[in-house]
Amino acid sequence: MSLLKYESQQREPLVDGNKDYHQVTEDIIRPIEMKPSLLWYIGFYISVGLLLFGVYSVYREVTYGIGQWNVNKTIGWGWDITNFVWWVGIGHAGTLISAILLLFRQGWRTGVNRAAEAMTIFAVMCAGQFPIWHMGRVWMAFFVLPYPNTRGPLWVNFNSPLLWDVFAISTYFTVSLLFWYSGLIPDLATVRDRAKTKFRKMFYGVASFGWTGSTKHWQRHESLSLVLAGLSTPLVLSVHTIVSFDFATSVVPGWHTTIFPPYFVAGAIFSGFAMVQTLMIVVRKVLNLQDYITLGHIEAMNKVIVLTGSIVGCAYLTELFIAWYGQNTYEWFAFKENRANLFSPYGWSYWLMMFCNVVSPQLFWSRKLRRNITVTFFMSIIVNIGMWFERFVIIVTSVYRDFLPSSWSTYYSPSIWEIGFYLGTFGLFFTCFFLFAKYFPVIAVAEIKAILKTSGENYKAKMSDIEKADAEKFYIEEVAHAHH
Amino acid sequence: MAGGIKKFVVGSFADEKVLFPAVKNVRKAGYKIHDVYTPFPVHGLDHAMGIRETSLHTAGFIYAITGTTTALTFMTWVFTKDWPLNIGGKPHFALPAWIPITFELTVLFSAVGMVLTFCYLCNLAPFVKKHHFHPRATDDLFVMAIECTGKTNDAEVQSFLQQAGAQEVNVQEVETGWWIGTYDKAQKLYKEEKGY
Repeated sequence: MSLLKYESQQREPLVDGNKDYHQVTEDIIRPIEMKPSLLWYIGFYISVGLLLFGVYSVYREVTYGIGQWNVNKTIGWGWDITNFVWWVGIGHAGTLISAILLLFRQGWRTGVNRAAEAMTIFAVMCAGQFPIWHMGRVWMAFFVLPYPNTRGPLWVNFNSPLLWDVFAISTYFTVSLLFWYSGLIPDLATVRDRAKTKFRKMFYGVASFGWTGSTKHWQRHESLSLVLAGLSTPLVLSVHTIVSFDFATSVVPGWHTTIFPPYFVAGAIFSGFAMVQTLMIVVRKVLNLQDYITLGHIEAMNKVIVLTGSIVGCAYLTELFIAWYGQNTYEWFAFKENRANLFSPYGWSYWLMMFCNVVSPQLFWSRKLRRNITVTFFMSIIVNIGMWFERFVIIVTSVYRDFLPSSWSTYYSPSIWEIGFYLGTFGLFFTCFFLFAKYFPVIAVAEIKAILKTSGENYKAKMSDIEKADAEKFYIEEVAHAHH
Repeated sequence: MAGGIKKFVVGSFADEKVLFPAVKNVRKAGYKIHDVYTPFPVHGLDHAMGIRETSLHTAGFIYAITGTTTALTFMTWVFTKDWPLNIGGKPHFALPAWIPITFELTVLFSAVGMVLTFCYLCNLAPFVKKHHFHPRATDDLFVMAIECTGKTNDAEVQSFLQQAGAQEVNVQEVETGWWIGTYDKAQKLYKEEKGY
């Protein structure tokens, strides 16, 4: 069952430079063993500062109530649930990269999967904050769990999409965490075995669970990764499908559309990849990992961005068309007057979303721009702004003029504590990410080693001899040998 | 549980291209490979060593259907027996509405169960201390440990490994215990394997 250990030179190498196994270890582990740079400290303390501001904003909200936010009679969700959906969406790229691309045997995933999975976990942690603190009386949060209680027992409503969300998000978080950590164990063992200081020996000794690299353990590890990938693939699709059900199963014009599940999933992957780009472009530069996260990797992710961005664009136009074609007065009003009309109160947000998500990613049809780091970095920010506005448009413009004109609200804009809460999750996300980048291998060391001899630049260079040689002879010597 | 002291002849290889024929030759010569420690999963090494396929995925399937049945029976019991709530006049047994939660629990049970089983089978846990035959086995060396019995001539095994291409060869004495592993019993003898 041996795999064919040959990859055409036509394919771009996934690991640049003259590397051997030890060099891979050195390059990826060294940043962990060095003192962090001044930039790291600055970034880390800014993140902690934001986090503390978020904690204070939440403290205000818990102490004085939801009234600290500017949510009102018709707009009950406001920024809070916008942020929730935005963060969950970002949390989809990690599992997509590690699971779906593993099943599709995409070698380039190995450069970015570890950091993307970490990003997923931190993003889901941030997302989880919003529905929890939105409860107002947060000390009652355990009411969402189906436990035998003294109120009957009165169970939770299993038919409600909001409860499906509880199960979906908590399952997604747990499975992503397990997937990420089981992949980390062998690499933490690598850090442990070269540790010089007492702290590192102790910390990585505990964290690596006593991993030895035994062949049988690797065999089980491979089986575990494959099955977890197989489970995570439908899981990642189900999670954002269920998030979209929060809207789609309602009767609110602008929300009750059957297109929501695929449209949300594509949007989630779109924004998730954009966030991976933002982080990876910084990480590869700061940690000097350009040989592992190559232009080829960035280009591959930009291709996903242009694909999913176009799917999202298609969905926008489809729902607009169907709103008109369906001849439902309220639906068409929501789309025509509340959204597409540039001069309506929130028209600007609809067109900003259209521009960021549909028009701007089309730049990536050009190979030159896909491989341009500066363009990619700015695009990744634009996409994330656009995807935030997508959720804002869906949540706010669908309800600010509801069926009763008497309750049409005044212009909704967030209070400082609503904004503070959102900034606080940035603090949480980046605090976690800075700690991760300092203490954990940001690239899957073992996985890079496994593809090094097929996809490393210096090994690929040697393949020209094989490519020029007689095909028949190549088969007998290389392939037949590999099968024994 | 800790047993006595076991002796191993340990050879380290720098390249998997040298390792594969060495594994074959060592087994052909009748030595028992305790284990080979590698820095990354080397495809086909398990077969070369005669280790049987893992059945971890079967365990995963069993955990998965446990999750499915747990979710379905629990929701059915709650909504048809324990407290049948009238929700908009819809049927109490609302199967389509339960599919999302059923699916999530299926995945959750399977993933958690598999990871715990994996850790149990491989003796992985925080604070577990194991004997490491070579610190570079997690970096760039492929480390083969051959178990010595009373009859084994270690000098002979050592020179055999050197001839097979090992970079470094030495003899190590290890205190045995559960963490040393028992999976080598699953390894078939070379002559028992088909195709040779």
